[in-house]
Amino acid sequence: MIPAPRQDGTKPVLSIRDVGKVYGEGDTAVHALRGVSLTVESGDYVAIMGASGSGKSTLMNIIGCLDVPTAGRYLLDGIDVGALDERRLAILRNRRIGFIFQSFNLIPRMTAQANVELPLAYGGVKGPERRRRALAALREVGLADRTRHEPNELSGGQQQRVAVARALVTAPTLLLADEPTGALDSGSTADVLAVFDRLSLARRTIVVITHEDDVAAHAKRVVRLVDGRVVEDVRRAPVAGPPPAASWTSEGAR
Amino acid sequence: MSPLEILRFALRGLSANKLRSSLTTLGILIGVGAVILLVAVGNGSSEQIKKSIQRLGADSLTVTKSTTGGGGGRGGFGGGGPRGLGGLGGSETGSGQSSGPRTQAHDLTTQDAAALVNASDAPSVKSSSPVVTSQSVTAGYEGTSATINQFVGTTPTYFAAANKTLASGTAFTTADVTAANKTVVLGSTTASDLFGRVSPLGKKIDVGGIRFTVVGVLKATGSSSSSFSDPDSIAIAPLPAVQESLTGYGALDQIIVQAKDSGAVDSAQAEITQILGQRHDIASSGTADFTVSSQASVQSAVSESNKTFTVLLGAVAAISLLVGGIGITNIMLVTVTERTREIGIRKAIGAPRGAILGQFIAEATVLSLIGGVLGVVAGVAGSLFTIVGVKPVLVPSSIVLALAVSVAIGLFFGSYPANRAAKLRPIEALRHE
Repeated sequence: MIPAPRQDGTKPVLSIRDVGKVYGEGDTAVHALRGVSLTVESGDYVAIMGASGSGKSTLMNIIGCLDVPTAGRYLLDGIDVGALDERRLAILRNRRIGFIFQSFNLIPRMTAQANVELPLAYGGVKGPERRRRALAALREVGLADRTRHEPNELSGGQQQRVAVARALVTAPTLLLADEPTGALDSGSTADVLAVFDRLSLARRTIVVITHEDDVAAHAKRVVRLVDGRVVEDVRRAPVAGPPPAASWTSEGAR
Repeated sequence: MSPLEILRFALRGLSANKLRSSLTTLGILIGVGAVILLVAVGNGSSEQIKKSIQRLGADSLTVTKSTTGGGGGRGGFGGGGPRGLGGLGGSETGSGQSSGPRTQAHDLTTQDAAALVNASDAPSVKSSSPVVTSQSVTAGYEGTSATINQFVGTTPTYFAAANKTLASGTAFTTADVTAANKTVVLGSTTASDLFGRVSPLGKKIDVGGIRFTVVGVLKATGSSSSSFSDPDSIAIAPLPAVQESLTGYGALDQIIVQAKDSGAVDSAQAEITQILGQRHDIASSGTADFTVSSQASVQSAVSESNKTFTVLLGAVAAISLLVGGIGITNIMLVTVTERTREIGIRKAIGAPRGAILGQFIAEATVLSLIGGVLGVVAGVAGSLFTIVGVKPVLVPSSIVLALAVSVAIGLFFGSYPANRAAKLRPIEALRHE
């Protein structure tokens, strides 16, 4: 029922055409995005970089279907997001997008496993199947032994890996991470980036929004935003190939 | 997203804040408990009053003189007779007679009373007792004195009609009445006030300088809870003896009529109206100058006022239930604000509006339902005790109603905060700290 990520590597997962976003009206209008175009193919690992105020958070909200652009078109997996109502947007977020936030955003007082099961619960997946998939996702991020822990019993890196598992569990077409290492120390950062590398190796499509070069160094492609415009788009590794700083090297370095 | 799933989320949300949840529950508990208990108290006191009225004799009727024009002296409760029987009926008809030219109203006489006992014209009447009453009479015995609320002059048939039973001694006889003998039967309170533990039988008491011989003592009626007068503070003596010494030979205060049985009360009432109507020449004046009231009419008046009492009690309790409901809204609003971020997360990972709405409504409803069930338990437990002299009698429908209302309160008062939660925009909710 939830489609597996496509492996052909040619069809774009997301396609943004001249997207603009204006907050406010008249003299006080703020142009957060001024015509951004971006196409991300399946299996790619893209870092969107920019200083604060460059519009990257707005872009992230639009890509994540949390907000709608005031101009331009956005196709996610071939679906025109602009035409959808709130209910369909919720379904789209549930099935096609896995969110990873800077502040983890796990629900307190719920175990790691319950947190990971949550998107499946909202997606209507039944109990036993849900548990199986949640455990598999936790295993994938290396937390098979922490399923019964609540967020406040886990370290920052572990919490972020639970969040990654929660993002993965619905097998979304796109993993969308907003400053995923912003709240982590260097050790935990390496852990989480290693998880991302492994996911990229497994040909998941990942979009990371960051302002740290260390994080961008792991991506196959780096897009730079300044004042709501794309000023640089550099490919560091082929879409079909492994990420430039694959997990074994970063793990070997420690 | 199954309802069971939503319920599980709701329970998890509630258990995260146990103290707050239980305090909110307490509001509903008190409301529901109060509704059930107070309605039971109202119902219980109504039953109690009904019983004590029945104790007076369900087959007796009271005839009183109607007060004509406005403001007659004895329309109200103090109008004499056992526990104001005539008063209620009298004020009912009095209102319809305040206009038009009036002839002098006829007083009730002993001849009226005698005329009511007539096998052919009044087959339903068993006995008829003329009554004169003197209020607050001071009686003395060897230096002790006591105030008797009612000093009644009547005939022996009164005892059966007014349901007075003797604890000791005998009632006076028809011969005593004819001879105007100064004999008296005392109520239990009067007897103990004057004589203490000594048997009063055969003793002479002094009433306004005239000495009455005590021949009997009444059984306590046991309804001393009646607030305005003690029915056991009474003395009953032959009619002429009382007229001679206390009231004078004027009109009767009332006539107590006993019907053949409780089923014949209505026909007895009609017969009395017929006979007295002829004797008082109602046909020419157009309006009756007397009132016949039965226990049934007194009962319906009393139960009417009691219903009002119960409704008032229930209304007060319902207000506390409403306050409990507002407490739920309040606490749910706090919860929604506090968990804005959580709501944002849930929405970001794809929770549909309905799931958020359902979760918070379910939380509110679970709170109020738990409160309701505990309130029923508290109300039922509380009704096992006697409260201010009233044994509460549970009204089953009040339990069902209070429970249903508590659930409805959860749904109603929970829906506003839940709707606010469901309408939150995920980006703003996620930004909330």
